Amino acid sequence: MTPPAPGVAVHPAALALARRHRLRAWEPIPWILALAFYFAFPKHLGFGTEVLVTILFAISLDLVLGYAGIVTLGHAAFFGVGAYTVGILAKHGIWNEPVTGLLLAALVAAVVGLGSGLVLLRTQGLTLLMLTLCTMALLEEAANLGHAYTGGFDGLDSLPIAPLLGVLEFNPLYPTTQYLYVLAVLFLCFVLVRTVVYSPFGQSLRGIRENMLRMHAVGAPVRARLVTCYTLSAAIAGIAGGIWAQANAYVNLGTLGLDRAATVLIILVLGGHGRLYGAFVGAAAYMAISHFLSKIYPTAWQLGLGLLLVVIALFARNGILGLGEAAWRAVGRRGAA
Amino acid sequence: MAGGRTAGGSVSASLLETRGLCRNFGALAAARDINFRLEAGARHALIGPNGAGKTTFVNLLTGVIQPTSGTVLLKGRDITGVVQAERVKLGIARTFQINRLFRRLSVLENVYVAVAERVGAAPSMLRPAGKRRDVVEESMHLLEILKMTDDASRRVSELSYGRQRLVELAIALGLRPEVLLLDEPAAGVPSAESHIILDAIDGLPRHIGVLIIDHDMDVVFRFAERITVMVSGSVFASGSPGEIAADPDVRAVYLGGAGHA
Repeated sequence: MTPPAPGVAVHPAALALARRHRLRAWEPIPWILALAFYFAFPKHLGFGTEVLVTILFAISLDLVLGYAGIVTLGHAAFFGVGAYTVGILAKHGIWNEPVTGLLLAALVAAVVGLGSGLVLLRTQGLTLLMLTLCTMALLEEAANLGHAYTGGFDGLDSLPIAPLLGVLEFNPLYPTTQYLYVLAVLFLCFVLVRTVVYSPFGQSLRGIRENMLRMHAVGAPVRARLVTCYTLSAAIAGIAGGIWAQANAYVNLGTLGLDRAATVLIILVLGGHGRLYGAFVGAAAYMAISHFLSKIYPTAWQLGLGLLLVVIALFARNGILGLGEAAWRAVGRRGAA
Repeated sequence: MAGGRTAGGSVSASLLETRGLCRNFGALAAARDINFRLEAGARHALIGPNGAGKTTFVNLLTGVIQPTSGTVLLKGRDITGVVQAERVKLGIARTFQINRLFRRLSVLENVYVAVAERVGAAPSMLRPAGKRRDVVEESMHLLEILKMTDDASRRVSELSYGRQRLVELAIALGLRPEVLLLDEPAAGVPSAESHIILDAIDGLPRHIGVLIIDHDMDVVFRFAERITVMVSGSVFASGSPGEIAADPDVRAVYLGGAGHA
């Protein structure tokens, strides 16, 4: 290897790359807020749990959409597979231990992600978008028809989930256990995704997103990378679905529906994709805005959401975080001048 | 792999060679019976009018498309059936006529991606990219050679077109090629900036065999020690720059035509 010239390694660009995975000062803030929520709003922990699950799901989507540039409208397929894995195993008395149940949900979702990814990721753009949608629709219909196992249209309710770690009960009316459990799982999954995103593998995903043809020309096994990323993302979406089923003690067809897939996409676009924390900002903003709007306009609140999306798509392609970054840069420039 | 200089075949094996290479697109013969040799350390130019099949030829050499018939040999080894990604690992790299860059990544990251792929760091998922100091330093070193360190942390999309052309070159060099195919390296670069590219090509390591595909006769006659002229998918003439410039047939079909010179 050619010995690098002295001084090259301490160039600001090299230092920035060498240090970009380090924890930034503001990064603990969302976690502190999440913990503060637990103490400040004990009556709203059900809502809080829902937000945390949504964040986890959105993070899994960010990995494929924001980093690898895989445009999917069917990500709820994996959420639903995870949810039904937990639901079917618990309802039929096969397995109801929560932590290992999540691992099983991740495994089954990963297998579905791998299988569908090997086929779907041969395509790009609109074809890929339609095929992800079709995969999800097929799974939804399968869940609808497999009444004996899935409960069909009614789903499976009153799932007998065992106490967490053998002691902490899941109480649907007072979901303190659920909230902290979901928060812990979210944290672990986030750490994993953050690690992957800042790794050389994550860098190559960004390369694929930016220019797939050039990645072929630098000798990258593009399809294998995409399938790996898709499988990992499916596993995390499966965990999100599984933990949703555990926290609510039920599963229904909605876990596999277009509604859920579209909402998570909206959340990611709203918060800012390819930014890790866009999922947090987007989920919080989406849920707050829909809550607020549905109070003012109970009949037509989704119209307001639609308008907001149009504005974001036209003027803030990088979502709320993108706006924040632009403002931060502008302040920095003014400060420097 | 790249850097290793084993003579894989007979003593007379060229670095890169094609024998009877043909490619048809339907009724169109985009490449007809091309016999071509690129020697180690060569400065070779491939010229020809628009539609002569130059790009098809580059795609055949890099494995983007497969020939209808004929063979491609790298150091005497038949690589006709080897796919693009594997050919890169065997030491064939190229740049593109129109920039194909990672536009929203920094210049350093653009080179990092290529170097990480070559050294086999790219599949690693659980280590930070920045901890691969070898990859970071080699990428910086390449930028230093191309006098681009000042731009290292800038996004590619913020650079002038001429500087972006240099990033094209930096990515290809990050693959440590033995064969470098430059597809119109100065295309689209304003004349005020073109010296940046020309100087960079001048400074390419001598052991790399370089094939420049270009219309720009200034570029061709400045660098080429050997020129191959393609017309209608065939090799029309081949020789030293002096021979090619003096060849009346070449002048008739190309240099003297309503051409690009």
